[in-house]
Amino acid sequence: MKKTLKALLSLALMVAMVFALAACGGGGEEGGEEGGEEAAAEGQVLNIWCWNDEFQSRFNKYYPGVAEVAEDKSTTTLTDGTIVKWTINPNQGSNYQDKLDEALLKQADAAPDEKIDIFLIEADYALKYVDSEYTEDVKALGLTDADLADQYQYTKDIVTDSNGVLKGTSWQATPGLFAYRRSIAKDVLGTDDPDEVQAALSDWDKFNAVAEQAHAKGYKMLSGYDDSYRTFSNNVSAPWVTGTEVTVDPNIMKWVEQTKEFTDKEYNNKTSLWAPEWAADQGPEGKVFGFFYSTWGINFTLLGNSLADPEGPQEVGNGIFGDYAVCYGPQSFFWGGTWICAATGTDNPTLVCDIMRQLTCNPEIMKEITLNEQDYTNTVSAMTEIGADPEFKSDFLGGQNHIALFVEAAQKIDMSNISPYDQGCNENIQAAFKDYFDGQVDMDTAKANFETKIKEIYPEITAVNWPE
Amino acid sequence: MDKGKKIKDVSYAKYGYFFIAPFFIAFLIFQLIPLGQTIYYSFFEYYRSGLKIIGPNPVGFANYQALVESGFLKYAGNTIIMWLIGFVPQIIVSLILAAWFTDVRLRIKGKQFFKVVIYMPNLIMASAFAMLFFALFSDNGPVNSTLISLGILHQPFRFLSTVWGTRGLVGLMNFLMWFGNTTILLMAAVMGINPALFEAAELDGCSPRQTFFKITLPMIRPILVYVLITSMIGGLQMFDVPQILTNAQGSPNRSTMTLIMFLNNHLYSKNYGMAGAVSVILFIVCAILCLLVYFTLNADDGMSHGKKKKKARRA
Repeated sequence: MKKTLKALLSLALMVAMVFALAACGGGGEEGGEEGGEEAAAEGQVLNIWCWNDEFQSRFNKYYPGVAEVAEDKSTTTLTDGTIVKWTINPNQGSNYQDKLDEALLKQADAAPDEKIDIFLIEADYALKYVDSEYTEDVKALGLTDADLADQYQYTKDIVTDSNGVLKGTSWQATPGLFAYRRSIAKDVLGTDDPDEVQAALSDWDKFNAVAEQAHAKGYKMLSGYDDSYRTFSNNVSAPWVTGTEVTVDPNIMKWVEQTKEFTDKEYNNKTSLWAPEWAADQGPEGKVFGFFYSTWGINFTLLGNSLADPEGPQEVGNGIFGDYAVCYGPQSFFWGGTWICAATGTDNPTLVCDIMRQLTCNPEIMKEITLNEQDYTNTVSAMTEIGADPEFKSDFLGGQNHIALFVEAAQKIDMSNISPYDQGCNENIQAAFKDYFDGQVDMDTAKANFETKIKEIYPEITAVNWPE
Repeated sequence: MDKGKKIKDVSYAKYGYFFIAPFFIAFLIFQLIPLGQTIYYSFFEYYRSGLKIIGPNPVGFANYQALVESGFLKYAGNTIIMWLIGFVPQIIVSLILAAWFTDVRLRIKGKQFFKVVIYMPNLIMASAFAMLFFALFSDNGPVNSTLISLGILHQPFRFLSTVWGTRGLVGLMNFLMWFGNTTILLMAAVMGINPALFEAAELDGCSPRQTFFKITLPMIRPILVYVLITSMIGGLQMFDVPQILTNAQGSPNRSTMTLIMFLNNHLYSKNYGMAGAVSVILFIVCAILCLLVYFTLNADDGMSHGKKKKKARRA
């Protein structure tokens, strides 16, 4: 009896294992059959891939066609019965891109309702997708030049492929500004007025001079090595990569030179972006003059870091709320931003087009988002209107109308020089030169380390050219 | 009767094969076939440029040649240095602890408790452990603030910006994570020694030091070799601790870049050719080490020889 029981148990285990294996292989086929029947009309399921819930919450709140949001937010039902399925993979490492790539490579064989319809991308790797056959021409989907006319040109430049075809669209523009501490500016420059501070910081020579004055008073001009990076990297004269060769722009080397000087003269605090020390420098204990930040960074990251009690009310008296102000800084730049792309082979082209039109081109919705969410939306006219509105002001920035400055800054952004390699190049040049700023290696070793890393992660790169 | 008995025997054997079949099927699908593919693709140019798949184009030994030129030996050196920083204190501390815990004359109380405590760090996920150290030893972290408030330092010491600070931390973590495991292995080895030997040594007037060096150490040699080889294989595959601690950069100056981190860099663009070549070399090195341990464990001549000698001396 006992023996038979044992044999049965082992057999059951074995069978279970074989079934488990078979189930892995079978899953895909089942999906295939289901989807096939509905392929005739537009799909019943809209698959959206993104890396956080920012677009999801905007969509659920502002897209006119939303009928019902599932309790766990994994799906949204539209008024016409279409189900929007959200696939959210966090960005860390290259997790989001890895999973997206796998799915896109299988896109052609996927069942219609399994196909990705919309996916979101960021500026640093936008061209990887824009320059591929996996994104649809948005104008072919139905968006017209008139729809897009009110958007900032640079947001269109970034998602235009090498043949001049527009492959995506965005609801936000992310111009950057220099956010400074009013109290420190008063101590160092004798004024906290944005116009006068801007006059004192209008080019890099003046900026360096103020850094020296700030240091003399016991302050740091910047927090760390990467703070000013975007202002240099956004103003380069050529893309990172042409053909199979990386060319390091002279402007990037200016960043290296300036940061090394700031480090050696102790004008900065030797922190790195997103490090806890960097965040602490933005808070009540910080002694840093200012930070380069773009739209989202000022209203969310900087505001959060400035509070003494993160749970407390967001008002003057909590930490250094109200002590920041913004000015243009020495050079215009942008940082971040999210674009909506239509995946090739989508079975819901009309719906995808409508989502793009409503959530990136409709000035009413855009304005509403800005007023409710403080997001800087991608409509020149509405933003200009808010910027000119004397009633609109930010308590966090001591009553300043920062939208007015964003309007100015956004027009100056020129992003014609992006390449599909920007993410790897930007991240790794910062990492390679961190050792140089730390005094661990000399300039040549830092350069060699950057070359090694770039050739490792991009096997097709044959050479790295440095400016004289 | 005779015939019936035979059939019974055969059917038992058949069930035996059924029972081991799942393992072999799983091994074939998840281990052997990928292993074969890795070796195969290491002779190809095969990667992704953006979303375009390049290859596979056969390139012979070009990947291996590129590997030698790209500083493979430097990363092998880093790996061995960081392994040694962890392994040397680990084996010393484990030996001492194993000797104390098994010493009948010391009669340490709460042995079981200490065994659990020293094994604890091994239960924490390596990446979580690395995150913890990253926070502890950051520029404004608790370690620096403690050292400053005690007056030992005047400025924060930037552990993760110096070569030996970072390597030392990686070694320290590996030491903390593995010394408990090694202690328990060595304790088992020491307890496997015939107690009569220790009694005899005591009667003959051996000092504890002599007992340790002349009896314990030679008797546990095969286990020591086993510990050394398995730790070396584990060390060669060092990845998660330095990866998390240095944010995948192997900083500073790529001095904490291990072989597997180097392999991982190639996977950024799904470069199966180069990553395959790294894996194949690692596989060969590990295989040699495994063979070494196999032969040392099977060749127990030295041990029984020693035993005989001791017995003869006692007589």
